[in-house]
Formats: sequence, structure tokens, C-alpha cells
Amino acid sequence: MQFMLLFSRQGKLRLQKWYVPLSDKERKKISRDLVQTILARKPKMCSFLEWRDLKIVYKRYASLYFCCAVEDQDNELITLEIIHRYVELLDKYFGSVCELDIIFNFEKAYFILDEFLLGGEAQETSKKNVLKAIEQADLLQELWEPPQGWLSELSLPAST
Amino acid sequence: MSDVVEKTLSALPSLLSLDSQAGAGKLSPSSKLGNLIKGITELTSKHEEETLIKKELESIKEQVASPNTTMRQMKEIMVRAIYCEMLGYQASFSYIHAIKLAQQGSVLEKRVGYLAVSLFLNETDEFLLLLVNTVLKDLQSTNLIEVCMALTVVSQMFPKDMIPAILPVVEEKLTHPKEIIRRKAVLALYKFYLIAPNQVQHIHSKFRKALCDKDPGVMTASLHIYLQLIKENPESYKDLTGSMVTILRQVVGGKLPLDFNYHSVPAPWLQIQLLRILAYLGKEDQGTSEMMYDVLEESLRRAEMNHNITYAILFECVKTIYTVHPKSQLLEKAAECIGNFVLSPKINLKYLGLKALTYVVQQDANLALPHQMTIIECLDHSDVIIKRETLELLFRITNAQNVTVIVEKMLEFLRLTYNVWFIQTMNSVFSLGGDVMQPDIPNNFLRLLAEGVDNVEDRQLRLFAVDSYVSLLQGETAKLPQRFLQVISWVLGEYSYLREEESDPGSVMRLLARLLDQRHTSTETRSWVLGAMTKLCSSPVYTAIYWQNLHCYSTERHWLYKTKCLSSLFKLYLTTLIFEVDLIISCLSWLWCCFIPQVDSSLSFLDGYVSDALAAGAAPYKSPHQRQEDLVQEKALSLEPYGLSLPVSLSSCSITDRRSPTLLSMSSGLSGNSTELSHQEGSTTLKLEGVKRVWGKDGYLAQQQSAGETPTPLVELPSPLLSPQSPPSQKPSSGLEPDQEKRQLASSLFVGLGSHNSVCLVRLPSTVWLFIKNCQSANQSNVVKSLFKPFYINSCQSALHNLLDSTTVASEGGAATTTTPQQTSQRTLDHTTSNGNPHVEGTEQRVEAGGPLSLIRGNGMVAVVPPRDLPLTSHLPAELSGLARSEFTPLCSDQDSSLALSACRVYKEDALVLLVFISNNNDSALHQMVLQLTCKELEVYIFQTGLNNKVPLFFSEIPVGRSRNQDRNTRVSSNRDLEKPRIFCESFRNFCSPPLTVSTGDYGKMWLSFSHDLKQNLRLVTTEHQEPLTATLDALKGKLHLHVVDIIGSEGIVACRLLQGPGQGQPCLLHCRVHADSLAVWLRSPVPELPDSLLYHCQKALTET
Repeated sequence: MQFMLLFSRQGKLRLQKWYVPLSDKERKKISRDLVQTILARKPKMCSFLEWRDLKIVYKRYASLYFCCAVEDQDNELITLEIIHRYVELLDKYFGSVCELDIIFNFEKAYFILDEFLLGGEAQETSKKNVLKAIEQADLLQELWEPPQGWLSELSLPAST
Repeated sequence: MSDVVEKTLSALPSLLSLDSQAGAGKLSPSSKLGNLIKGITELTSKHEEETLIKKELESIKEQVASPNTTMRQMKEIMVRAIYCEMLGYQASFSYIHAIKLAQQGSVLEKRVGYLAVSLFLNETDEFLLLLVNTVLKDLQSTNLIEVCMALTVVSQMFPKDMIPAILPVVEEKLTHPKEIIRRKAVLALYKFYLIAPNQVQHIHSKFRKALCDKDPGVMTASLHIYLQLIKENPESYKDLTGSMVTILRQVVGGKLPLDFNYHSVPAPWLQIQLLRILAYLGKEDQGTSEMMYDVLEESLRRAEMNHNITYAILFECVKTIYTVHPKSQLLEKAAECIGNFVLSPKINLKYLGLKALTYVVQQDANLALPHQMTIIECLDHSDVIIKRETLELLFRITNAQNVTVIVEKMLEFLRLTYNVWFIQTMNSVFSLGGDVMQPDIPNNFLRLLAEGVDNVEDRQLRLFAVDSYVSLLQGETAKLPQRFLQVISWVLGEYSYLREEESDPGSVMRLLARLLDQRHTSTETRSWVLGAMTKLCSSPVYTAIYWQNLHCYSTERHWLYKTKCLSSLFKLYLTTLIFEVDLIISCLSWLWCCFIPQVDSSLSFLDGYVSDALAAGAAPYKSPHQRQEDLVQEKALSLEPYGLSLPVSLSSCSITDRRSPTLLSMSSGLSGNSTELSHQEGSTTLKLEGVKRVWGKDGYLAQQQSAGETPTPLVELPSPLLSPQSPPSQKPSSGLEPDQEKRQLASSLFVGLGSHNSVCLVRLPSTVWLFIKNCQSANQSNVVKSLFKPFYINSCQSALHNLLDSTTVASEGGAATTTTPQQTSQRTLDHTTSNGNPHVEGTEQRVEAGGPLSLIRGNGMVAVVPPRDLPLTSHLPAELSGLARSEFTPLCSDQDSSLALSACRVYKEDALVLLVFISNNNDSALHQMVLQLTCKELEVYIFQTGLNNKVPLFFSEIPVGRSRNQDRNTRVSSNRDLEKPRIFCESFRNFCSPPLTVSTGDYGKMWLSFSHDLKQNLRLVTTEHQEPLTATLDALKGKLHLHVVDIIGSEGIVACRLLQGPGQGQPCLLHCRVHADSLAVWLRSPVPELPDSLLYHCQKALTET
């Protein structure tokens, strides 16, 4: 996978993860172009796009668009399932996730993504294992800094 | 302690607000990030956002620089900085602090620090070097979380040069007891392998260990590396095939922990990874492939649940099966699977189905056949992506028969999607492809441009085209191919009005006028240009320029051109300008003069020749009738059998004398009439009695046929094409059921694939296929509904010129003629003179081409419609043109008069020559013609002057005293330049064409090198309007096909070459100088006899003149 973008229906970027080295300018251009292209597409249209030499796989969940760029020989459907799995993870972690969760806790969304995909490849596909890893890291925070950790745990619903 | 209290207090509000904010309960609105986000969402304009973020960044900058900022505050600041960066605002000042945070913070802070680093920085950033030590320290930490974080950041980015510094530590982690660490270490090594493969070469054995790891997660991670390695070098890893197959079998068999199930499918990611690896391993390797057949089959079988993830596996499976060494049974199963995709209502699956087809048709194009209808539907899909994939698929199944239809579809697609790109590409296609391009490419292009509703997009496309052409014309136009110029003219004529806001409205007109003036512009192109100008002249600004040109060009000699002028005039007269009556009258008078043929009916120009001939002892001219009587009297020979064929009922012929090659296609002014006429004519085109009727005007007729209806002639089919103004019911687009339409399209797209009757869904009798194939060559339009548009008649010059051609004839001669639009690419012409033995009798020689002369076309349609008059005089071979000859007698022609056969006799001193002309009255060039000539007693020579128009093809010669028993069966397969013009003639058996073409310089060299010379004085030819020297040389050139190299003052140099005989190919040079009243000629050649012989012929030729 080359990069992953999350953006809202209004075209606001919510999350961006680049797995290939690109300059800031290129990144901006790519995300602007893609957001425009994808938002212009109608809901019944196909989730795959050929864009430059990449293949774009996108899916809309509520008001959020999840968009991945993969290489040409990659499997589109499995990429679609990667997106879905990520949404499942977020959902499990935040407890029926909504856009606001991701806006306000985007760093958590990044942590989850990093446990799931590493360097652009699926690292751990077992939902349980990913969440376990996140929990452990969160738990460790708690141990190291009880007050803050305790509070931040409170500010999140119990992640099971 | 106070610190803790303070933090607790600061966090309190968020705790308190928890209940009141259910939806956004997890955020802390009082935090600075919360405030920032809230502030931004409340803003209305981009400008306000900019100001706010600027302010925010200022404050962040201040805080990070402050020495009092704690790591905890720093963490919070970093999150805000990340947010600002995500919104697209640069916060580069914070990068260094992110690294610092990762370095110095506690675990929680470190985590954010690493995250910020991975988001802010690039692999190439120099800042990363500052991170190396931190990473190293964390890797060696006893805290698992810290190790994980370090490995995570390393797997995402690490400076290439610093890999050796941490490699040993990472390697060590491969044996770590925790599987999460091992997994991340493997992925870190994968990253290293990607950015610096050499650095990890020595640890390949450790990858194998990871592959055998007891934890499926670690094993899965190692497959990323193996996929890469095997992709690059499959040969070295063939030994792994067994292991991969085993792993896949276990996964498919559900041996993995349930954790790895995804929607109750066992480890789909792993399966797909393994399938991809197997594809690389088994590619072009039968042995390896055989190992995996079983497991592939099992994968196919197991993936039966109707869920995206199973389709993902299926898709990968199909791909693998078609990549490895083929096993027919598996291929069949895989092909069946594709059906599930293609027929699925889910658009994503449909897309992948098309993609899979694209992949598999490369091996077997017939696999596309069962899905024809789906493919046709997808071709018109509203989603561009689906369309494009369909075109990709069509591209893969393109063959010689369906290429035009497919290319057309592609062009259509391009127009819809990439306007500017499309025009530019087509411009270069036209400039480069030029006149060698198939004529339907420009036609399609113009059609695409003209098609469609008049919406903004179409207008933009047209305007862009106009603009790009104007700028092209402003540059150098000499190099632009004629076809392109025609396209340009048409577009400018139609759409220049889109440039109305342009300051100088006359500019287009002037550019066109300039085009008219240029020498390299062909007559045909000029007509297009003039047509464009006519269209433009509705605006008064243009009119002045237009008149100037029209007047100027109405004097042009080319009659085609004049017709064009005339039509322009009429249009002008009818539409806009009544006030310029004077000009119109003057133009008309000009044209009138030009149209009046100037005929010297007394043939006074022949007087000299006749008297010479009589003086030389020739018999006085007798009319054919007289001659026949004489013959009967003298020899009492019955000519009954032969009399029939020559004068075949002229009265029944409806063909007018002239068929212009390239007329009217561009003349919008006349096209209204012309189409009507051609429509009438179209109804008498083909006789198809006995031909199974499959296509009618409403398309495919399978059902009616089965009902036993009387078939209507196939003739009807082309007629909608001819008649844009015909009632709409005749148009297939409205008359056809959409389904049938698609079937037609399908049949044209999939033509040439498979055995038609067994595989294809659209079952068509073979005759139909034949028909379509024929159409492909000339008018593929018959099959494609979109071509039946009125516009086509106006613009598609070449595809329809054969139709329009007939109109010209009609408008000129007022008689209806017959033309078929359909043109078979190959015609068979049997000219049999088996029982018509030509007679050669003494001096009074007569030849009657007797016996059945028939022209057989296609499937046995025989028609003998002799053409009425043949302007073939100009095609007489030069050396025969001066001789006495009979009239041109039409022998026969095929029904639509596109091929005609005619003959004449030429009387020579020592022989009688029977010239048989095959004329192609169509405009389209005959690309191939197989001519079989069976002639027992005649000597046949082929003479060819070009195949594209009226073509005297051959003549036979009956030399005096030649044995009659020669059996000759000449089969000439003539491609255009297969046969060079070749003349052989008894009277100057030794000489002449092809002329020896040499430059003056070469001439000089040759002159010096030749030894045999001869000098002689010759008679000068005198004419009124030419120099004596030029006239004489021209006469020689005309008679003997000599090549006039140069004429300087009173001297001229001429070259020729011996064509036949022992000295074949030997040159002979002539140097001529005007001396008093005669021409001093000095001949030189390497062959002794040549100058003498040539001189004799020169003398003879000049005496005759």
C-alpha cells in the first residue's frame, strides 16, 4: 500500500498515512486531487479507481471516506477488506466510532493503524491481537503515569 | 506531587462534561486541541481558518521554544502541530521537537513523539539521523512497549545509510520470545530489504526461520519478504513451493486459530499472499505448477461463500491459475468463476470480472464470448471506470475484423473524458499518420466532435479544437497532411462561431484563404476549405474575403472545383447575400463558360494525320457498318456469335458518362439533394434472390425468417445510411429493439472470435458474418447504430464518397445511376474469351471479343450493364494513342457499375491490338484485384496506369504471323505497385519506358563514359505556343517515353534506356541542339546499335507528328 487517506464528505482530511516517501507538495497535490475525484463519484459507482499508475480503493462509511492507494497488481477486494477491518478496529476501540472520535482522537486512530498496517503491509490481521497490543500500550501509560492514564482511560469508553 | 494535582484539576472539566456530551463524549473540549478543532469547525471561510491556524502556529512556536515547557505539554503541543499539518499548514519548526519528544519523553510522550516523527518526516529527511540513537536505545530497552515503538518507526522510515547501526539489534529481535516483537522485527527487515537489499543479504537464512515460526502472525509477516524475493528471482526459491503449498493447504483447511478468521474465512490475507507467491513460482514452470494444482482447486472450491472476502480470494485464485502452467480442467473451473463476477449485480465485482476477463482473454480470446452481452452493457455504463475497463478488455480482443468498431468506441470514450488531451492526441495522430491513415479515423473524429447535445462540455471541446487549429494554421501549414487540413477546414467551418468573442472575426477566414492560395493544397482539400468558407460567410465580416476568393477560384480549371463554387454560390444566394447580385452573375458567367465543352466535331485536328496515312498507303476510313459489310462480302465469314456481345444494349444502360472521383462529400450545399438521389439509387443495388435473408432494415431477422416470411432484399440495409432525411422509422436506432442493437454491436465487436455458431451467445448464421466482414472493409457503419446520423453524410468524405459520387453524376446528367455503398474488398472478375477466337485476317484485321463476357461478383450476382461512354482516351498507352483505333466499346460492367470492362482496337502497322480496359468507377481504390485472363491465342500484356480510378489494365496484341496456338493463362495479382508500367509494342520493340531518370550531373558523367556515338540532324517540330526545341522534345517524350533531363537555352539533354532484348537496361543519351531549322542530335550509348536504332525511331516519331 502506498498511502491511506481519511477525509470527510466536505473534503476535510481527517487522517493521512504515507508509506512511500513523497514531498510535502506532492502529498498535498495528491490528496487534493483524490479528494476531489472521489467526492465527485456517485454512490452507486464502483469503489476502484485507476489513478495515475496507482489503483485507488475507497469506501465511504457514514460521513467519512476511507481511501487507499495500492499498486497495480494488488488485489482490490482485499484492500477493501483492509479498510473494513480498520473500521472494525476503530469501532471496537472507540465503541461505535463516529467521525468526531477520529477528529478529536486522531492520534489514537494512528496508533491503531500502526498496529494493523506496518510499512504499508498488513501486519496483524487478527482483530484480537491488534486490540491487545493497543490495550497493552494504553495500559502501560496507565502504569507509568497513574493520574493522566487514569483520566484518559476514563475519557474513553472501556475498550474490550 | 503538586504537578499531579494540577494535572488532575486541568483534566476535571473534561470529566464533568462527559455526561452532557454523549456523542462527543470522548473528547476533551477544554483541551487546547479540542478548542482548536471546535474553533475551526465554527469558522465559515477559508480565510478565517488561515488566520486562526496562523495564530495557533505562532503560539505553538512560542511554547516549543520556551525552556519551561514540560514533556507532557510538549506532547499536547505535538498533537496540535500534527493537526495543523494535516490541515495543510506547515509546522516545520516542530519537527526537531518531535524528535526530542521521542528521545526524552516518557512512554506515553515517546509514543506521540514517534508518531509525530513518522507523520512529519520523510525517509530522506536529515532530521532522521537525529533519531538513530533514540531508536537504538529503545530497541535495547527492556520495556516491550518501547521496543515495539522503535520497531514500528523503523519499519516505516529509516535512513538507508544508518541501517548497519541497528541491524544487529533488529536481527536479535527475530528470536525474541514475544511474537509481536518478532513480527515487527520481520517487518523492519522487510523495510530494510526494500530500501537497501544488499544490507540484509546475509540474513536470508533467518527469513526462513521466520517462515517456519510457530506463530502464524510472524509467518505471515515473513511472506511479505518472500513475495518480494520470489517476484524478483523465482528461480532461487523453487524449493519453497512445497512449503507454500502446505501452508496454503493448512490455511484453507482451517488449521489456523480462529483469531485469524475474517468473516469466517480463514486468514484471507495470508491466502492471497500465498496465491500470489505461487503464481510467481509456477509461472512458465510445469513441474512447479503441478505441485500446486490440487491446492488451487481446493481454494476455488472452498471459496464459495457470497462475501467480498471470498471473491477476493477467488479473484486471486483465477489470476494464479491463469498465470501458472495451464491445466485445462482448472482453467475451465476458473473461467466459470469469472462468470460469478461478471454477472454479479455488485458493481465492484463486475469491475473485477471485467478485469479477470482482460487477464484471461490474453490466453484465450474466446472466454469473452459467453459474456458478450454484459460487456456491451458495461460499454455504456455510467461509471467511467467500468467503461474504461471494458475498453481495455476490448483492446485485448481486438483483431483485424473488429478493430474499427473498437477504435471507434475508444475514441468516443476519450472524447467524453479527456477533452484537451484528446484533441492534442488526435492532432498528433493526424499530423504523423497523415494521408496513410485509414479514412474512417478522421471520419470518426469529426463525428465525435459533432455528436452530442450542445452542452457546455461539448462546446468546450469544439472550441478547444477550433483554437488549436487556428494556432496550427497560423504556423507552417506546408507539412500538414491533406486529410488533416480537411478535418481542420471542416471544424473551422462548423465551429468557428464559438470564437465569437475573438477580437478579429476575419482571422479564420483569412487563414482559410491562405490555405487556398498555397500550392501544396490539393484540389480536394481546397474544396473542403471552400466549403468551410461558405459556412463562415453568413457573417458579413467574412464576406469580402470570401468573394474575392470565390471569384478567383471559379476560374480554376478543375471542374470538380467549379461545381463546388457553384454550390457555394447557390447556398450564398439562397441564404444571405442578395445584394451582391453583380458578383454572383459574374461568377456564374465564368462558371458557365467553363462548363461549356469545347468540341471540335469536325475532327479537323486529325486532317494532317489522315492525309499522311493515306499518302503512306493506308486504307481510307470506313465506318464499322461499312467494314462489316466489306468483310462479309470479301470473306463471307459469319460474325453472328460475336456481334452480340459488343454492342450490348446501350439503351438499357443508365450510367452517365462521368463519374467524378471525389466530389461532393464536402459539399454541404448539395448534400441535401444528393442524398435523396442516392437513396433512390440505393434501392436497385443488389440482387439477392436465393440469398438467405438475415438482416433487414430492422436488423437481425431471425424470427421473421423462422416465421417463413418472404425475405426482402438485403439491399434495404444500406439505405438508412444513405438517407439522413429518410423517415425516422427507417433508422435502426429507433427501429431496432435496444437488445437487437446490442446484439449487432456485439456481433461486430466479437467478430473473429471463436467458432461462431458453437460458442457465441449471439448466434448468427454464417452469411451474416460474411456480411459484416465485408462491411468492415468499407462501411462498418452498417453495423454501428451511431453511424446512422445525418452528419455523417456531410462530413465523412471517404467512407461515403462512393455514394456521393453517384449523386454528382446524377446531378450532372440528370439520369439515375446505381451505386452500392457496399464494396467488397476483393472482386473476382472473370473474363473469358474461350470460345471467341479473335480473327486476324490480312490487312483488314478485326477482332471481336466474343463469347460470354461476364463479371461475376461476390456470391454469383451476375449483371451486365454496359457503361455508355467511356472517357478512356487519356488512358491509352502513349505509343498507341497516335494510331488509328476503333471507338471504345463497353463490354460489360457489374451491376453497380463500379467495375466496367471496355475494349477498343488499335491498328498498327504490323499488328492489331485489342485493348481491354478495366475501369474502376468507384472512388475507393481497389487494393487488391485478382485478374484471371484466359486467352488461347492472344499475347497478353498488362498495362497499368494506376488502380485507383479508371484503369486500362491490359491490352493484348495480335502480331502478324504469330502462331495462334499459344496457350496463355495469365494470372495477374496486382497490388498497386506490384506491376510497374510496362509497355511493349511491336513497332519499337527495343525501346523505351520506363524512362531513364537521371540528373544533369549523372548525365554528364555517363556521357563521358559512353563510347558509341552518332550525330544526325532531325526535323524540328513547330507549334504555335511552344519553343521548337521544347515542342520537339515533348513530342519525342510522348512518343518514345524518353526522359528530358534538362533544357538550357537552345540545348536539351535527353535520356532513355533499352527495355527489352539482349542489351536490356542499357542507357542511351541524347544531346540536342537547335541548329538553324533543324535539330542536331548527338547520341551516345555503351551499346553500338542503340544510337542508330533510337535515331531511326526518333525520325519516325517526328515524321509522324
